[in-house]
Amino acid sequence: MNDRYSRQILFEPIGEEGQDQLSDKHVVIIGAGALGTGNAEILARAGVGRITIADRDYVEWSNLQRQQLFSEEDAKYRMPKAVAARERLEQVNSDIHVESLVLDAGVEELRELAEFADLLIDATDNFDTRLLINDISQERKIPWIYGACVGSYGLSYVILPGETPCLSCLLEKVPMGGATCDTAGIIAPVVQMVVAHQTAEALKLLTGNTTSLRNKLVSFDMWNNHYLAMDVQKLKKADCPSCGEHAHYPHLDPENQTKTAVLCGRNTVQIRPSEKGERDLEELSLSLSRLGGRIEQNPYLLSYSSDEEQRLVFFKDGRVLIHGTKDITEAKNLYYSLIG
Amino acid sequence: MKLIVNGASLDIDQARTIEELLVELKLAGKGAIVELNQEILDKSQHAETRLANGDKVEIVHFVGGG
Ligand SMILES: [Zn+2]
Repeated sequence: MNDRYSRQILFEPIGEEGQDQLSDKHVVIIGAGALGTGNAEILARAGVGRITIADRDYVEWSNLQRQQLFSEEDAKYRMPKAVAARERLEQVNSDIHVESLVLDAGVEELRELAEFADLLIDATDNFDTRLLINDISQERKIPWIYGACVGSYGLSYVILPGETPCLSCLLEKVPMGGATCDTAGIIAPVVQMVVAHQTAEALKLLTGNTTSLRNKLVSFDMWNNHYLAMDVQKLKKADCPSCGEHAHYPHLDPENQTKTAVLCGRNTVQIRPSEKGERDLEELSLSLSRLGGRIEQNPYLLSYSSDEEQRLVFFKDGRVLIHGTKDITEAKNLYYSLIG
Repeated sequence: MKLIVNGASLDIDQARTIEELLVELKLAGKGAIVELNQEILDKSQHAETRLANGDKVEIVHFVGGG
Protein backbone atom coordinates (compact mmCIF):
# COMPACT_ATOMS: atom_id res chain seq x y z
CA MET A 1 0.00 0.00 0.00
CA ASN A 2 1.51 3.31 -1.06
CA ASP A 3 0.64 6.60 0.55
CA ARG A 4 -1.50 7.87 -2.32
CA TYR A 5 -4.33 8.90 -0.01
CA SER A 6 -2.25 9.95 3.01
CA ARG A 7 -3.13 13.64 2.91
CA GLN A 8 -6.81 12.91 2.58
CA ILE A 9 -6.66 10.42 5.45
CA LEU A 10 -4.91 13.06 7.59
CA PHE A 11 -7.96 15.23 7.09
CA GLU A 12 -9.84 14.26 10.22
CA PRO A 13 -13.47 14.09 9.03
CA ILE A 14 -12.38 11.54 6.41
CA GLY A 15 -9.60 9.54 8.09
CA GLU A 16 -8.91 5.83 7.48
CA GLU A 17 -12.54 4.98 7.92
CA GLY A 18 -13.74 7.52 5.38
CA GLN A 19 -11.10 6.37 2.93
CA ASP A 20 -12.33 2.77 3.26
CA GLN A 21 -15.87 3.94 2.68
CA LEU A 22 -14.82 5.80 -0.47
CA SER A 23 -13.21 2.67 -1.88
CA ASP A 24 -16.53 0.82 -1.50
CA LYS A 25 -18.60 3.45 -3.25
CA HIS A 26 -19.96 3.64 -6.77
CA VAL A 27 -20.52 7.06 -8.32
CA VAL A 28 -22.24 7.50 -11.66
CA ILE A 29 -21.36 10.65 -13.57
CA ILE A 30 -23.81 11.56 -16.30
CA GLY A 31 -21.97 13.60 -18.92
CA ALA A 32 -18.27 13.78 -19.70
CA GLY A 33 -18.02 17.42 -20.68
CA ALA A 34 -16.58 20.19 -18.55
CA LEU A 35 -18.37 19.28 -15.31
CA GLY A 36 -18.10 15.53 -15.94
CA THR A 37 -14.35 15.47 -16.49
CA GLY A 38 -13.78 17.80 -13.52
CA ASN A 39 -15.89 15.70 -11.16
CA ALA A 40 -14.42 12.45 -12.46
CA GLU A 41 -10.82 13.52 -11.98
CA ILE A 42 -11.32 14.68 -8.40
CA LEU A 43 -13.32 11.60 -7.39
CA ALA A 44 -10.85 9.24 -9.10
CA ARG A 45 -7.91 10.87 -7.34
CA ALA A 46 -9.84 10.74 -4.05
CA GLY A 47 -10.13 6.96 -4.42
CA VAL A 48 -13.84 6.40 -5.09
CA GLY A 49 -13.77 2.65 -5.78
CA ARG A 50 -16.03 2.57 -8.79
CA ILE A 51 -16.77 5.36 -11.22
CA THR A 52 -19.08 5.08 -14.21
CA ILE A 53 -19.01 7.88 -16.72
CA ALA A 54 -21.58 8.11 -19.51
CA ASP A 55 -21.65 10.49 -22.45
CA ARG A 56 -23.21 10.66 -25.91
CA ASP A 57 -20.68 12.89 -27.60
CA TYR A 58 -17.11 12.87 -28.92
CA VAL A 59 -14.17 15.20 -28.25
CA GLU A 60 -13.81 18.34 -30.36
CA TRP A 61 -11.19 21.08 -30.36
CA SER A 62 -13.58 23.55 -28.73
CA ASN A 63 -13.72 21.26 -25.67
CA LEU A 64 -10.01 21.48 -24.80
CA GLN A 65 -10.25 24.94 -23.21
CA ARG A 66 -12.11 23.51 -20.19
CA GLN A 67 -12.66 19.75 -20.39
CA GLN A 68 -9.70 18.70 -18.37
CA LEU A 69 -9.27 15.01 -19.19
CA PHE A 70 -8.92 15.47 -22.94
CA SER A 71 -5.91 15.94 -25.20
CA GLU A 72 -5.36 17.13 -28.75
CA GLU A 73 -5.12 13.49 -29.82
CA ASP A 74 -8.63 12.88 -28.53
CA ALA A 75 -9.95 15.80 -30.58
CA LYS A 76 -8.03 14.70 -33.67
CA TYR A 77 -9.45 11.18 -33.56
CA ARG A 78 -12.91 12.28 -32.39
CA MET A 79 -12.69 9.92 -29.45
CA PRO A 80 -15.96 9.40 -27.61
CA LYS A 81 -15.74 11.55 -24.50
CA ALA A 82 -16.57 8.71 -22.13
CA VAL A 83 -13.79 6.52 -23.56
CA ALA A 84 -11.18 9.31 -23.63
CA ALA A 85 -12.11 10.20 -20.04
CA ARG A 86 -11.76 6.60 -18.85
CA GLU A 87 -8.37 6.20 -20.51
CA ARG A 88 -7.06 9.29 -18.75
CA LEU A 89 -8.61 8.31 -15.40
CA GLU A 90 -6.92 4.92 -15.62
CA GLN A 91 -3.59 6.70 -15.91
CA VAL A 92 -4.45 8.86 -12.91
CA ASN A 93 -5.56 6.03 -10.61
CA SER A 94 -5.21 2.35 -11.54
CA ASP A 95 -6.45 1.20 -8.11
CA ILE A 96 -10.05 2.02 -8.88
CA HIS A 97 -12.49 0.67 -11.43
CA VAL A 98 -13.62 3.06 -14.14
CA GLU A 99 -16.32 2.20 -16.61
CA SER A 100 -17.18 4.25 -19.69
CA LEU A 101 -20.44 4.16 -21.60
CA VAL A 102 -20.99 5.83 -24.95
CA LEU A 103 -24.70 6.46 -24.84
CA ASP A 104 -27.41 9.05 -24.49
CA ALA A 105 -28.85 8.77 -21.02
CA GLY A 106 -32.55 8.07 -21.51
CA VAL A 107 -34.91 6.46 -19.00
CA GLU A 108 -33.78 2.87 -19.60
CA GLU A 109 -30.11 3.78 -19.59
CA LEU A 110 -30.41 5.82 -16.40
CA ARG A 111 -32.36 3.07 -14.64
CA GLU A 112 -29.57 0.63 -15.44
CA LEU A 113 -26.89 3.13 -14.45
CA ALA A 114 -28.58 3.85 -11.14
CA GLU A 115 -28.98 0.17 -10.29
CA PHE A 116 -25.88 -0.09 -8.08
CA ALA A 117 -25.04 3.59 -7.65
CA ASP A 118 -24.50 5.31 -4.32
CA LEU A 119 -24.60 8.76 -5.89
CA LEU A 120 -25.49 10.33 -9.22
CA ILE A 121 -23.57 13.37 -10.39
CA ASP A 122 -25.18 15.66 -12.91
CA ALA A 123 -22.73 16.79 -15.54
CA THR A 124 -25.24 17.11 -18.36
CA ASP A 125 -25.89 20.10 -20.56
CA ASN A 126 -29.67 20.11 -20.66
CA PHE A 127 -32.77 20.21 -18.46
CA ASP A 128 -34.45 17.19 -20.05
CA THR A 129 -31.78 14.80 -18.82
CA ARG A 130 -31.62 16.52 -15.42
CA LEU A 131 -35.34 15.99 -14.91
CA LEU A 132 -34.87 12.32 -15.78
CA ILE A 133 -32.03 12.08 -13.25
CA ASN A 134 -34.27 13.83 -10.73
CA ASP A 135 -37.09 11.29 -11.15
CA ILE A 136 -34.74 8.27 -11.18
CA SER A 137 -33.16 9.60 -8.00
CA GLN A 138 -36.56 9.86 -6.32
CA GLU A 139 -37.73 6.48 -7.61
CA ARG A 140 -34.56 4.71 -6.42
CA LYS A 141 -33.90 6.91 -3.37
CA ILE A 142 -30.38 7.78 -4.52
CA PRO A 143 -29.01 11.29 -3.94
CA TRP A 144 -27.90 13.39 -6.88
CA ILE A 145 -25.91 16.59 -7.20
CA TYR A 146 -27.07 19.23 -9.64
CA GLY A 147 -24.43 21.42 -11.23
CA ALA A 148 -24.62 23.83 -14.16
CA CYS A 149 -22.80 26.78 -15.64
CA VAL A 150 -22.74 29.23 -18.52
CA GLY A 151 -20.68 32.34 -19.13
CA SER A 152 -19.22 33.25 -15.73
CA TYR A 153 -22.26 32.01 -13.81
CA GLY A 154 -22.66 28.68 -12.07
CA LEU A 155 -24.80 26.95 -9.46
CA SER A 156 -25.10 23.69 -7.57
CA TYR A 157 -27.48 21.90 -5.22
CA VAL A 158 -27.55 18.51 -3.50
CA ILE A 159 -30.85 16.66 -3.77
CA LEU A 160 -31.52 14.08 -1.05
CA PRO A 161 -34.70 12.06 -1.65
CA GLY A 162 -37.10 12.29 1.29
CA GLU A 163 -35.24 15.27 2.76
CA THR A 164 -34.59 18.20 0.46
CA PRO A 165 -36.75 19.73 -2.25
CA CYS A 166 -36.11 18.13 -5.63
CA LEU A 167 -35.31 19.85 -8.91
CA SER A 168 -38.99 19.87 -9.90
CA CYS A 169 -39.86 21.64 -6.62
CA LEU A 170 -37.25 24.29 -7.39
CA LEU A 171 -37.95 24.75 -11.10
CA GLU A 172 -41.70 24.11 -11.32
CA LYS A 173 -41.56 24.65 -15.08
CA VAL A 174 -38.69 23.67 -17.37
CA PRO A 175 -36.79 26.82 -18.33
CA MET A 176 -37.25 27.74 -21.98
CA GLY A 177 -34.72 27.49 -24.80
CA GLY A 178 -32.43 30.48 -24.32
CA ALA A 179 -31.30 29.40 -20.89
CA THR A 180 -29.86 26.11 -22.10
CA CYS A 181 -28.68 26.91 -25.61
CA ASP A 182 -26.89 30.02 -24.59
CA THR A 183 -24.35 31.48 -26.90
CA ALA A 184 -22.71 33.31 -24.02
CA GLY A 185 -19.74 30.95 -23.97
CA ILE A 186 -18.10 29.73 -20.78
CA ILE A 187 -14.90 30.35 -18.85
CA ALA A 188 -13.05 27.46 -17.22
CA PRO A 189 -12.84 28.90 -13.66
CA VAL A 190 -16.60 28.80 -13.26
CA VAL A 191 -16.57 25.14 -14.30
CA GLN A 192 -14.00 24.45 -11.60
CA MET A 193 -16.06 26.34 -9.03
CA VAL A 194 -19.14 24.24 -9.76
CA VAL A 195 -17.03 21.07 -9.74
CA ALA A 196 -15.54 22.06 -6.37
CA HIS A 197 -19.01 22.50 -4.87
CA GLN A 198 -20.25 19.22 -6.35
CA THR A 199 -17.25 17.13 -5.29
CA ALA A 200 -16.98 18.58 -1.76
CA GLU A 201 -20.58 17.54 -1.13
CA ALA A 202 -19.93 14.19 -2.81
CA LEU A 203 -17.03 13.46 -0.44
CA LYS A 204 -19.22 14.33 2.57
CA LEU A 205 -22.04 12.09 1.36
CA LEU A 206 -19.80 9.18 0.45
CA THR A 207 -17.96 9.23 3.79
CA GLY A 208 -21.12 9.57 5.85
CA ASN A 209 -20.37 13.14 6.95
CA THR A 210 -23.96 14.16 6.32
CA THR A 211 -24.10 16.70 9.14
CA SER A 212 -21.49 18.74 7.26
CA LEU A 213 -23.57 18.95 4.08
CA ARG A 214 -24.13 22.49 2.85
CA ASN A 215 -27.93 22.18 2.49
CA LYS A 216 -28.03 25.33 0.43
CA LEU A 217 -28.43 26.24 -3.19
CA VAL A 218 -25.22 28.03 -4.17
CA SER A 219 -24.77 30.32 -7.13
CA PHE A 220 -21.94 32.57 -8.21
CA ASP A 221 -21.02 34.95 -10.97
CA MET A 222 -17.24 34.96 -11.08
CA TRP A 223 -16.97 37.94 -13.42
CA ASN A 224 -19.44 40.15 -11.58
CA ASN A 225 -18.17 38.98 -8.20
CA HIS A 226 -21.40 37.83 -6.65
CA TYR A 227 -21.76 34.79 -4.41
CA LEU A 228 -24.94 33.47 -2.88
CA ALA A 229 -25.99 30.54 -0.70
CA MET A 230 -29.75 30.27 -0.39
CA ASP A 231 -31.75 28.09 1.98
CA VAL A 232 -34.47 26.65 -0.25
CA GLN A 233 -35.84 23.99 2.12
CA LYS A 234 -39.19 25.84 2.31
CA LEU A 235 -39.71 25.23 -1.40
CA LYS A 236 -40.23 21.48 -0.92
CA LYS A 237 -43.73 20.78 -2.17
CA ALA A 238 -45.98 18.13 -0.67
CA ASP A 239 -47.80 17.83 -4.01
CA CYS A 240 -44.64 17.69 -6.16
CA PRO A 241 -45.15 15.09 -8.96
CA SER A 242 -41.55 13.93 -8.56
CA CYS A 243 -40.97 13.89 -4.78
CA GLY A 244 -44.36 14.60 -3.16
CA GLU A 245 -46.75 12.33 -1.30
CA HIS A 246 -48.24 11.00 -4.52
CA ALA A 247 -45.11 11.09 -6.66
CA HIS A 248 -45.56 9.49 -10.07
CA TYR A 249 -42.23 10.47 -11.68
CA PRO A 250 -43.71 12.17 -14.77
CA HIS A 251 -40.42 12.38 -16.62
CA LEU A 252 -40.01 8.60 -16.65
CA ASP A 253 -43.28 8.21 -18.57
CA PRO A 254 -42.49 6.85 -22.06
CA GLU A 255 -45.02 9.36 -23.44
CA ASN A 256 -42.70 12.16 -22.39
CA GLN A 257 -39.62 10.77 -24.09
CA THR A 258 -38.12 12.67 -26.97
CA LYS A 259 -36.36 10.76 -29.70
CA THR A 260 -34.80 13.84 -31.17
CA ALA A 261 -33.04 16.71 -29.48
CA VAL A 262 -31.32 19.89 -30.55
CA LEU A 263 -27.97 19.93 -28.75
CA CYS A 264 -27.03 22.91 -26.64
CA GLY A 265 -25.34 25.62 -28.67
CA ARG A 266 -24.07 23.10 -31.19
CA ASN A 267 -26.18 23.65 -34.32
CA THR A 268 -26.71 19.91 -34.09
CA VAL A 269 -29.68 17.57 -33.96
CA GLN A 270 -29.49 14.14 -32.36
CA ILE A 271 -31.72 11.28 -33.47
CA ARG A 272 -32.19 8.17 -31.34
CA PRO A 273 -33.67 5.27 -33.25
CA SER A 274 -36.58 3.70 -31.35
CA GLU A 275 -35.39 0.12 -31.84
CA LYS A 276 -32.30 -0.81 -29.84
CA GLY A 277 -29.31 -2.53 -31.32
CA GLU A 278 -25.75 -2.01 -32.39
CA ARG A 279 -25.11 -0.24 -35.66
CA ASP A 280 -22.80 -2.07 -38.04
CA LEU A 281 -20.35 0.67 -38.93
CA GLU A 282 -18.54 -1.44 -41.55
CA GLU A 283 -21.70 -2.12 -43.45
CA LEU A 284 -22.71 1.53 -43.18
CA SER A 285 -19.31 2.63 -44.43
CA LEU A 286 -19.70 0.38 -47.46
CA SER A 287 -23.15 1.65 -48.37
CA LEU A 288 -22.24 5.31 -47.84
CA SER A 289 -19.07 5.00 -49.90
CA ARG A 290 -21.24 4.33 -52.95
CA LEU A 291 -22.79 7.77 -52.55
CA GLY A 292 -19.49 9.62 -52.68
CA GLY A 293 -18.62 12.18 -50.03
CA ARG A 294 -16.21 11.98 -47.15
CA ILE A 295 -16.14 9.15 -44.63
CA GLU A 296 -14.00 9.10 -41.52
CA GLN A 297 -14.12 6.29 -39.03
CA ASN A 298 -12.77 5.12 -35.70
CA PRO A 299 -13.82 2.04 -33.71
CA TYR A 300 -16.66 3.94 -32.03
CA LEU A 301 -18.21 6.14 -34.69
CA LEU A 302 -18.40 7.04 -38.35
CA SER A 303 -18.48 10.56 -39.70
CA TYR A 304 -20.00 11.25 -43.12
CA SER A 305 -20.39 14.46 -45.11
CA SER A 306 -21.72 14.82 -48.62
CA ASP A 307 -21.44 18.60 -48.76
CA GLU A 308 -20.02 21.49 -46.74
CA GLU A 309 -23.22 22.23 -44.86
CA GLN A 310 -24.01 19.07 -42.99
CA ARG A 311 -22.12 16.24 -41.42
CA LEU A 312 -23.60 13.11 -39.90
CA VAL A 313 -21.91 11.18 -37.13
CA PHE A 314 -23.17 7.62 -36.60
CA PHE A 315 -22.51 5.97 -33.24
CA LYS A 316 -22.37 2.24 -32.61
CA ASP A 317 -25.25 2.51 -30.14
CA GLY A 318 -27.52 3.61 -32.97
CA ARG A 319 -27.61 7.37 -32.40
CA VAL A 320 -26.84 9.88 -35.12
CA LEU A 321 -25.71 13.46 -34.71
CA ILE A 322 -26.55 15.74 -37.62
CA HIS A 323 -24.27 18.77 -37.55
CA GLY A 324 -25.03 21.96 -39.42
CA THR A 325 -28.74 22.24 -38.66
CA LYS A 326 -31.06 23.10 -35.79
CA ASP A 327 -34.09 22.01 -37.78
CA ILE A 328 -35.35 18.63 -36.57
CA THR A 329 -37.38 18.00 -39.72
CA GLU A 330 -34.46 18.78 -42.00
CA ALA A 331 -32.25 16.53 -39.88
CA LYS A 332 -34.74 13.68 -40.03
CA ASN A 333 -35.10 14.04 -43.79
CA LEU A 334 -31.38 13.78 -44.24
CA TYR A 335 -31.17 10.84 -41.86
CA TYR A 336 -33.93 8.89 -43.54
CA SER A 337 -32.58 9.67 -47.00
CA LEU A 338 -29.35 7.90 -46.05
CA ILE A 339 -30.52 5.22 -43.65
CA GLY A 340 -34.06 4.56 -44.93
CA MET B 1 -37.08 53.00 -7.51
CA LYS B 2 -33.75 51.80 -6.15
CA LEU B 3 -33.24 48.16 -5.25
CA ILE B 4 -30.29 46.08 -4.13
CA VAL B 5 -30.31 43.14 -6.54
CA ASN B 6 -27.75 40.39 -5.95
CA GLY B 7 -25.65 42.78 -3.93
CA ALA B 8 -25.59 45.60 -6.47
CA SER B 9 -27.58 48.82 -6.41
CA LEU B 10 -30.02 48.96 -9.30
CA ASP B 11 -32.37 51.63 -10.66
CA ILE B 12 -35.65 50.09 -11.76
CA ASP B 13 -37.82 51.83 -14.36
CA GLN B 14 -40.99 49.86 -14.79
CA ALA B 15 -41.13 46.87 -12.50
CA ARG B 16 -43.42 47.09 -9.46
CA THR B 17 -43.63 43.38 -8.62
CA ILE B 18 -41.15 40.51 -8.41
CA GLU B 19 -42.54 39.03 -11.61
CA GLU B 20 -42.09 42.33 -13.45
CA LEU B 21 -38.57 42.63 -12.06
CA LEU B 22 -37.66 39.19 -13.44
CA VAL B 23 -38.98 40.30 -16.85
CA GLU B 24 -36.95 43.52 -16.68
CA LEU B 25 -33.81 41.55 -15.77
CA LYS B 26 -34.54 39.04 -18.58
CA LEU B 27 -34.79 36.24 -16.04
CA ALA B 28 -38.43 35.36 -16.65
CA GLY B 29 -39.02 31.70 -17.53
CA LYS B 30 -35.68 30.64 -16.10
CA GLY B 31 -37.09 29.04 -12.97
CA ALA B 32 -35.70 31.88 -10.87
CA ILE B 33 -35.87 31.58 -7.08
CA VAL B 34 -36.21 34.91 -5.31
CA GLU B 35 -35.46 36.07 -1.78
CA LEU B 36 -36.98 39.40 -0.80
CA ASN B 37 -35.34 40.97 2.25
CA GLN B 38 -33.97 37.53 3.18
CA GLU B 39 -37.38 35.88 2.99
CA ILE B 40 -37.68 33.19 0.31
CA LEU B 41 -40.75 33.48 -1.91
CA ASP B 42 -42.78 30.74 -3.48
CA LYS B 43 -43.04 31.16 -7.26
CA SER B 44 -46.79 31.58 -6.86
CA GLN B 45 -46.10 34.79 -4.90
CA HIS B 46 -43.97 36.44 -7.59
CA ALA B 47 -46.88 38.08 -9.41
CA GLU B 48 -48.49 39.61 -6.32
CA THR B 49 -45.40 40.56 -4.29
CA ARG B 50 -44.83 44.30 -4.63
CA LEU B 51 -41.44 45.98 -4.47
CA ALA B 52 -40.57 48.95 -2.29
CA ASN B 53 -37.71 51.40 -2.49
CA GLY B 54 -34.56 49.97 -0.87
CA ASP B 55 -35.69 46.34 -1.00
CA LYS B 56 -32.95 43.73 -1.00
CA VAL B 57 -33.57 41.10 -3.66
CA GLU B 58 -31.50 37.96 -4.20
CA ILE B 59 -32.14 35.93 -7.34
CA VAL B 60 -30.88 32.49 -8.35
CA HIS B 61 -31.73 31.47 -11.88
CA PHE B 62 -31.19 28.09 -13.47
CA VAL B 63 -29.02 27.40 -16.47
CA GLY B 64 -28.62 24.25 -18.52
CA GLY B 65 -24.97 24.28 -19.48
CA GLY B 66 -22.31 22.04 -18.11
ZN1 LIG C 1 -40.07 17.81 -5.65
